[in-house]
Amino acid sequence: MQRKTNQKAWFLVLPVFLLVGFSAIIPLMTVVNYSVQDSFGSGEFYWVGTEWFIEILNSERFHSALGRQLLFTSIILAIEIPLGILIALSMPKKGWGASICLVLMALPLLIPWNVVGTIWQIFAREDIGLLGHTLAAMGVEYNYTQSAFDAWVTVIVMDVWHWTSLVVLLCYAGLCSIPEAFYQAAKIDGATRWAVFRYIQFPKMNRVLLIAVLLRFMDSFMIYTEPFVVTGGGPGNATTFLSIDLVKMAIGQFDVGPAAAFSLIYFLIVLLVSWVFYTVMTARDGEAG
Amino acid sequence: MDLSWMGWTPFTATFFVVIASLIVSMLVWEKLVPGGAPRDGILGFETTRGDRLFVSLLGSAFIHIGWLFFIGDMLWWALILSFFYALAVFRWV
Repeated sequence: MQRKTNQKAWFLVLPVFLLVGFSAIIPLMTVVNYSVQDSFGSGEFYWVGTEWFIEILNSERFHSALGRQLLFTSIILAIEIPLGILIALSMPKKGWGASICLVLMALPLLIPWNVVGTIWQIFAREDIGLLGHTLAAMGVEYNYTQSAFDAWVTVIVMDVWHWTSLVVLLCYAGLCSIPEAFYQAAKIDGATRWAVFRYIQFPKMNRVLLIAVLLRFMDSFMIYTEPFVVTGGGPGNATTFLSIDLVKMAIGQFDVGPAAAFSLIYFLIVLLVSWVFYTVMTARDGEAG
Repeated sequence: MDLSWMGWTPFTATFFVVIASLIVSMLVWEKLVPGGAPRDGILGFETTRGDRLFVSLLGSAFIHIGWLFFIGDMLWWALILSFFYALAVFRWV
């Protein structure tokens, strides 16, 4: 008897297609359309070809914002990934301590981005903030509204405070999935603490680390709300990252054409780096078995 | 339905029709020759037909961006270069 193939299940994914269509594909199409035209509002468009792309690619403003963004993301990944692994390794695996640690780790993730920005903006102020006041009392010169270095330190520490928990929770989940037999075998072989990490824990965390690196790269590369609330992109343009610059261009100046070209270049960079991360880490995962 | 807010032009519409056609062609290809033809290419990792199309499209986008940055207008040459790049990707990657 010939088996009948039922294709009706495809209708179940139709809502997802519609959702992605309305939330991603149609806006992306619109951005592509805007990137080759000039507009003064009221639905009037004038063809300019690749002019906006050439302008953005050669603009000092874009280069500076991209440089700041790459530096910020590199610092964030260099701090949050090792720190997240270290904290996850230090957390208890069972008992009441594990529950308390998990709740504490989850707390920063529950706070909305703009609230995190507001908390840190107040926290770092010299007159009313605990951090700013304490540093001033210790004789440390710290003013994130006037010093570019202080503004960078504040934004980085804030991001580390907000997002390291995500890396911790992902790594912790990876660690918890390792069967006890692996550790027992390592103990019998007399493996050192480093050998256990290098040959058991790290390979087993590979997949979750891939997710952590990808999420943290994409999030930090597209960061907007927190630095905008704390520093507004300043002092000067010291913390004007790509998304802050893009919003200034698109909404502040209503340069929708250049902003659309900017967005597409920005999107392609995110896509390329994410693909490279994904490919390198999955290839390494495949080799590790 | 008024879609004037999307600012469509014949060129951008052609661009999306080409992308959609490529995706549909890949679906037809998969239907005719199932399995995605996975292989280890010169990049040293396994790729399927879909991966090779993605690498071709992403690379082509950067070829165009690089062309605009280093040379300027006249994107036809970048398009021709991208075509040969895509052929190379499908042959060796």
